Amino acid sequence: MLAIDKKLVRELWDMRMQALAIAMVIASGVSIFIMSLSTLDSLYETREHYYKNNNFAHVFASLKRAPATLIKRIQEIPGVNKVETRVLAYVNLDIPGFEDPVSGHLLSLPENSPGLLNSIFLQKGRLLNPARDNEVLLSEEFAKAHDLRAGDKLRAIINGRSRALIVSGTVSSPEYIYQIAPGAMFPDYKRYGVLWMSQKPLAGAYDLEGAFNNVALTLGKGANSQDVIDRLDELLKPYGGTGAIDRADQLSNRFLSEELKQQQTIATIFPLIFFGVAAFLLNVVTSRLISLQREQIAALKAFGYSNFAVGLHYTKLILLIVSLGVVVGIGFGVWMGKGMSNLYMEFYSLPYMMYVLKPQVIFAAAAISMTVAMLGTLHAVNNAAKLPPAQAMRPEAPAIYRMTLLEKLGLQQYFSQPSRMILRHIERRPLKSFLTTLGISMACGTMMTGGFQEGAINHMVDVQYNMIDRSDITAIYTEPASRRSLYSLRSLQGVEHAEGFRTAPVRLKFEHRFHRTSIKGIEPSGSLMHLLDSELNRIYLPENGVILTDYLAELLHIKPGDMLIIEVLEGNRITARVPVIGTAKEFLGTNVYMRREALNRLLKESDVISGAWLKVDSMHQKDVYKELKTMPRIAGVIEQRSAIKAFYKTMEETILFFTFISTLLGGSIAFGVIYNSMRIALSERNRELASLRVLGFKHGEVAYILLGEQAFLTLFALPLGMLAGYGLCAYMAFHFDTDLYRVPLILGVKVYAFAALVVIVSSVISALLVWRNLTQLDMIAVLKTKE
Amino acid sequence: MNSIVFHVEELTKIYQMGEVQVNALRGIDLKLYKGEFTVLLGASGSGKSTLLNILGGLDTPTHGHVMYGNNNLSEATEHQLTEYRRYHVGFVFQFYNLIPSLTARENVAVVTEIARSPMLPEQALKLVELQERIDHFPAQLSGGEQQRVAIARAIAKNPDVLLCDEPTGALDSKTGVVVLEALQHINEQLGTTTVVITHNASIASMADRVIYLADGQIKEIRTNTAKLSAHELSW
Repeated sequence: MLAIDKKLVRELWDMRMQALAIAMVIASGVSIFIMSLSTLDSLYETREHYYKNNNFAHVFASLKRAPATLIKRIQEIPGVNKVETRVLAYVNLDIPGFEDPVSGHLLSLPENSPGLLNSIFLQKGRLLNPARDNEVLLSEEFAKAHDLRAGDKLRAIINGRSRALIVSGTVSSPEYIYQIAPGAMFPDYKRYGVLWMSQKPLAGAYDLEGAFNNVALTLGKGANSQDVIDRLDELLKPYGGTGAIDRADQLSNRFLSEELKQQQTIATIFPLIFFGVAAFLLNVVTSRLISLQREQIAALKAFGYSNFAVGLHYTKLILLIVSLGVVVGIGFGVWMGKGMSNLYMEFYSLPYMMYVLKPQVIFAAAAISMTVAMLGTLHAVNNAAKLPPAQAMRPEAPAIYRMTLLEKLGLQQYFSQPSRMILRHIERRPLKSFLTTLGISMACGTMMTGGFQEGAINHMVDVQYNMIDRSDITAIYTEPASRRSLYSLRSLQGVEHAEGFRTAPVRLKFEHRFHRTSIKGIEPSGSLMHLLDSELNRIYLPENGVILTDYLAELLHIKPGDMLIIEVLEGNRITARVPVIGTAKEFLGTNVYMRREALNRLLKESDVISGAWLKVDSMHQKDVYKELKTMPRIAGVIEQRSAIKAFYKTMEETILFFTFISTLLGGSIAFGVIYNSMRIALSERNRELASLRVLGFKHGEVAYILLGEQAFLTLFALPLGMLAGYGLCAYMAFHFDTDLYRVPLILGVKVYAFAALVVIVSSVISALLVWRNLTQLDMIAVLKTKE
Repeated sequence: MNSIVFHVEELTKIYQMGEVQVNALRGIDLKLYKGEFTVLLGASGSGKSTLLNILGGLDTPTHGHVMYGNNNLSEATEHQLTEYRRYHVGFVFQFYNLIPSLTARENVAVVTEIARSPMLPEQALKLVELQERIDHFPAQLSGGEQQRVAIARAIAKNPDVLLCDEPTGALDSKTGVVVLEALQHINEQLGTTTVVITHNASIASMADRVIYLADGQIKEIRTNTAKLSAHELSW
């Protein structure tokens, strides 16, 4: 090894703590970069692979009833490749030993086959036996939640009749990667399941022998999906088609796509912060190192080392620190990426997860880190290289201090000499002080993103289920029924109140924009469904006109006073123009609200409802479920509170993981910035502080001058960091918004407090580490050497 | 008379120190000869170090010429000056300027590794009689020992000129003599042109010529008829 490289290695060892602190920040950036991108790649790759292998359809359509022979005409639509017709039913389930209402989707499956399209992936057990008409396959997650295995029994209310079913196996399906009950906010595997049954018995039960009510198809190469959808809609219209949708609008696929988009946001913003902080730290540390080594640089140059050789020497030092960060970051990033991918695999019903770590991701992480580090230190290294040797031999001109702003304002009598030293030191290097403050702020801000996600979900749930939807149970009818049906519901023991609602699938149109959703007819002064304005105050539906979810109004670029065109996708397929009266705050879905009576009039029907919201005495809740299950007209029962609880349980692990990561990352920035600032301040002011010790200052008094400055900057950074955190969360919330859900920007006191706490603890740890060096100030040696 | 190594004409140097302008050299004319041992004598701020730095290619003049053989140092590029220092000049500094993270041997090696036909670091350290402490770090060496490492480092490349800025300035008399003996030994044995800066007049007696500087100008040049050897000196 060359002597100059030995110098490098030994000096690196001497500054190992500082190097480590910087490497940690770089490692954090690299690891989050690799985690997000590899998770993203893995999810994309796994999804693609799964979709392709299991023939996930491109277009889906539901209808009332069409003869099986219609399949030929669907196949004739130009661009259509494969078609599969099915029977799809929404059913109530009865699981032995589980009293809460359980609903599910029951799909038909061709005999002895995993299906042509959206083929199921058999996890355990075997496929359906065509000779038996009571066998079902369960979605893996649902089976797991209830500990159901092949051979176990359950009951389903199929078309009003309770039937005993036997489990033959468990499966996953590309169509139900995200399994969520219609209208629910979160997946709840205990209360919602997907089941597959042989075509014959299922069709028989629903009077669909030789017919179907659902169709899925794939497109040929180069086919235009919208053309196919238009033709399919035309074809299915007489058969009660409710409008075909593209794969992109398929619920499970949509949720997954949104999740991937969120990952992308995380993959861009956080590494940016870390690399920025790392560049700043490297700059500070390298600048200091170079100013400490002025004479060594001069000597090297006097011996004939070129500018390039000197520059290269310090560049190598920086690259070594960065390399350490990159290597640790890659290892940690892969670990977190695998953890994250597995969380996704569990959260979604993916049968497998192919962890993909593309070499270009690693290469990019390394290249970005190196480039950023080089950019950050370019100035310092360049200065070292260009330092004229003769000038380097002379000591640095004394630092120029000036009166601070506060002193100019005549406030100096309020500050002791040490306090003035602190203030002047901060003011002398405003950029450095500012960047240090900014670095600490970023640590604080990063910390807040962890708590933000938890708080946002709490707020979403609170508003959606305590303020908007105030019912305990939602009962959905198989068919719209007379409003008089409410009497039978109200008569159930334990039901305190029941309110009917009418809902219908619609296509909304304003100018050239379309949106598919459902219209809800509600009681204008009902007590179980409140519409809220942006301030969360109740708003009332007027006689005529509609109120839209605020986000939907934004999507359509429509405002109160405009006329909205509503195309109803069921029954007589009525098209109507209605005025928009206002918007309502909702975090979930996109809805159009109208008075129930007005909607009945619009649909040219009598006083009918599609379901009811119930307020139930908790003492009798179980009895109410039991009763509802026996009612043939009730297709599904949704119970919100237990669903929320179940969701929190599944989210616990994810939230913990996020909090852990954001704390680790925020803490590493805080420590990296604060520790390095203190060490550098100590090195710069070594002589000054030692002189004060000689003059009789105590350790504590000297420490005050050094650590007081850092404490001042840290305290100043906290409010700034909270602001930065707010901005960061706002950015995330904005990018997380979709028509499926909106993430509210709610940051509780706890979130701020926790972030501040971590920053303060990091400062205290740094201060303790530096305190050790401070007590070892060598007064004699420091004063003897020249400067 | 030996051949001319340095030919200096009308040399001036003005530099900025903070907010102050310093006239370090005001018109120096000087010739230095091959193998000569020259002492630059003068008070602090007389311009000795500035002159030495310019001779060594560490600094460039504001006006005037410095010829090293046929090369005009005053018009040399940064790259040419680096080459010049690398292959022709050996430096010894008042405060040694050793690299604290390298041992004595490595401090010498840092120079021999980039030189054209250097001696072995061990050999250079033997010339200054430090072979015993070859693997010690600077912090483990006395001031005199450190300065001798610095001299070994300076001569290890077999330089044409050896420039020493107050080599004994930080040393006591006894140690200083040991260092000066080393310098004289090298000058005599290797024939290296040597320029030593000092404000210690007694060192002047061991030089071939003594140049007196004051206020950035040459006041007097004296040739010693009877040179003393280093061990005969004391202060």
